Amino acid sequence: MSVFRLNVNNQSFTVNVEADTPLLWVLRDELNLRGTKFGCGIAQCGACTVHFNGNAVRSCSIPVSVAEKGKIITIEGLSKDGSHPVQRAWEETDVPQCGYCQAGQIMSAAALLSKKPNPSDADIDAAMSGNICRCATYKRIRKAIHLAAEKGVNK
Amino acid sequence: MKTANLKTSRRSFLKSTALAGGALLLGFDPFLSGGSIVSLNDSSAMTGGVSFQPNAFIRIGADGIITIMAPNPEIGQGVKTSLPLLVAEELDVDWNTVQVEQAGLDTKNFTRQSAGGSGSIRSSWKSFRKAGATARKMLVEAAAGTWNVNVDECYTEKGFVIHKPSGQKLNYGNLAEKASKLEVPSNVDLKDPKEFTLIGKRIPNVDNRKIVTGKMDFGIDTKREGMLYAMVARPPAFGKKLKSFDDKASLSVPGVKKVLQAGNKIAVLATSTWSAKKGRDALKIEWEDDSKLDNTTDHLEAFAKLTTQKTDKPKRNDGDVDNTFANAAKIIESTFIAPFLPHAPMEPMNFFADVRDDGVELYGPTQTPSSARSGVSKLLNIPEEKITVGLSRMGGGFGRRLQSDYAVEAAEISSLAKAPVQVIWTREDDMQGGFYRPAGMYAYKTALDKNNELIGWQLNAAAINSGNASRENSFPAGAVPNFRIDSHNLESKVTTGPWRAPNHNFIAFAEESLLDEIAHAAGKDPVAFRLELLDKAKASPTGRVEYDPERYKTVIKMAAEMGNWGKKTDNGIYKGFGAHFSFGTYVAQVAEVSVKNNKIKVHKVFCAVDCGQVVNLNGAETQVEGAIIDGLGVALYGELTIENGQAVQKNFNAYNLIRISDAPDVEVKFIENNIDPMGLGEPGLPPIAPAVCNAIFAATGKRIRKLPVNLANKA
Repeated sequence: MSVFRLNVNNQSFTVNVEADTPLLWVLRDELNLRGTKFGCGIAQCGACTVHFNGNAVRSCSIPVSVAEKGKIITIEGLSKDGSHPVQRAWEETDVPQCGYCQAGQIMSAAALLSKKPNPSDADIDAAMSGNICRCATYKRIRKAIHLAAEKGVNK
Repeated sequence: MKTANLKTSRRSFLKSTALAGGALLLGFDPFLSGGSIVSLNDSSAMTGGVSFQPNAFIRIGADGIITIMAPNPEIGQGVKTSLPLLVAEELDVDWNTVQVEQAGLDTKNFTRQSAGGSGSIRSSWKSFRKAGATARKMLVEAAAGTWNVNVDECYTEKGFVIHKPSGQKLNYGNLAEKASKLEVPSNVDLKDPKEFTLIGKRIPNVDNRKIVTGKMDFGIDTKREGMLYAMVARPPAFGKKLKSFDDKASLSVPGVKKVLQAGNKIAVLATSTWSAKKGRDALKIEWEDDSKLDNTTDHLEAFAKLTTQKTDKPKRNDGDVDNTFANAAKIIESTFIAPFLPHAPMEPMNFFADVRDDGVELYGPTQTPSSARSGVSKLLNIPEEKITVGLSRMGGGFGRRLQSDYAVEAAEISSLAKAPVQVIWTREDDMQGGFYRPAGMYAYKTALDKNNELIGWQLNAAAINSGNASRENSFPAGAVPNFRIDSHNLESKVTTGPWRAPNHNFIAFAEESLLDEIAHAAGKDPVAFRLELLDKAKASPTGRVEYDPERYKTVIKMAAEMGNWGKKTDNGIYKGFGAHFSFGTYVAQVAEVSVKNNKIKVHKVFCAVDCGQVVNLNGAETQVEGAIIDGLGVALYGELTIENGQAVQKNFNAYNLIRISDAPDVEVKFIENNIDPMGLGEPGLPPIAPAVCNAIFAATGKRIRKLPVNLANKA
């Protein structure tokens, strides 16, 4: 076990875990940030997506020893009150069915919009294809991203 | 619309009569999430005054807070929204002020707390509304008594009782105490559909806010004081069993607390999920063959043999198919092959169990909480009354969580460990975990007479551990005078079970592809051909007809109209048609597809649905949109093969689920009627595979008879 210092949602945390522990399990089991979900463990489904220095990454495949080198934002830290345009657009479009993958979807969509405020369908395909939704809410995910873009991520 | 925090707000009083005088209060123990019923003699539970609870569905506090229970397991099918909505409709409340609370298993107060067979709305349509109407009647009576006026002069609106002549009004909270002292009426009137203010409207998922902010707890998010995380090494192949194991390395992994054997399994318990996983990976295990190890190739050989043999007891046998084939003008034979499908819900299997001397607490994702309870009761020999089952929101189910293996396993491990445990499966565990959609083969032989009328239809079906591989009364049964279905069961160590729209999910592909093939052979338009058959089923039905030919025809015509059936499209886009009746619901679809270099692109799907009365238009649309894209995904990619008893596809790098880049636009329309509602979680799925494959035929001339679609295969 070793001590790692993490910057998560603009707060600093110290954890004592094995160096190979994936960020996902540190967030969930050590920091009780359970909005980030486990789906596959091999960076194929995107349920565990968080922001690492502003980029959407799969937290199941980043060891804590690497995670301490950057700034991490999870779904809990995307906004204080669910007011991020992507979260609002998700509610307005009534995207979720089971809801399990949606935190990861929202984190990927928020990262996309921070770089491309008005993404095309092709941009959405490219940025969101790493996130599986087993309920297949894709039609509404696409619609919600366009809606969030329309409302503007910085407004 | 708010959802209540389970742990702090679970204060429910069951009998209003018991409340009078404040003597014996029956309620849910707020400290047990399973919702067991205990007696509460605690007047502090009445903080905020007397609440009104005419039945287990509704609680109206003196503070005006209205809570409606959601008793059924929520797997993403929307029942946590749509079932309380039925109660709210008849209660006449402002939906935005209602708190919805998930109930635990409570077989005394609720019936059918399960998620399967697209049956929740169907079975609750009247009873849930009656619960709301009962409360409303009592509140009106309480108000009329307060004002000393006739109940007929009062009406309700958005949580108020209003005296029409005087305009006086009282909110339900003000009336709670008085209403709680009234006798519960046994007969109440339900609203006429014309009076609905909520049913049929667009109501968002009640958990949306929690979901989009990461605050929604799923089963896997359960964490309790003293809880250990468990990962379990299970036999790596169907047909293998445990021979021996060495846990020395495992026990030296930091965080690992215990290694326990439970039959053919070894559980590693640790203080974190990662430690449990590393501990499991460090086990040295020898497995040995318990029986012959299966292969998909062997299954296909066995199917091919079975589907040439007739059974002694055909599932359906109208007319005389043998004689019909002997005298037919044209015979069309076609054989369809179904692969195993894993359910692969996004939330892997998991369950929390705390087996103590005084009872058992189970909590987690299950579509059948009562079978989880009975399974644990049987295994541990503990009476069911001592077992509570709490229901978490589920990250999908698709039929996998109709099985209770993982809940019972969690209880077994907790019992051995004498500690509360959360058992978590990895994706690889889930893919090897079985209960797959049965693999099968469907061999058809059909006959046309010299006038190109369909006069004979024979299916010889075989599938693995499926009981009945067919749906013998499925269309065109009833429309063909000579019609025979035989079904064979192939036994295997590979376990199978219901998968979203069981049997329908493949039968529809086979039937609707074959109808398309026959229509082409007969020189008829595929849509016109189906309508012609449905006319026959109505005018001169053969044997039992389970569907209503008129409703079937209406959705077919509507989808054809939505998709501009019969009109040419440009840009290399071709159309295909598919329709199916399942779970009481009629669905027809037109798919627009293009094929370039063997790459299939589905551009748009038009879908018409008759499920009777739509309860929540948003929820209904999302179910059908999702079912179509899910069905498309498995048609294009879904395949689990078995080699030496092992699943070849172990994770999402090998088992492809559809992603956003392949998801078409979907347009859904519902037939508007007030017929009692039917199922909707499943019926949207079956028609898409044939609609797409019939479009592929239109585009390429290739008939797809084996799923998933592989255009490089010989048809």
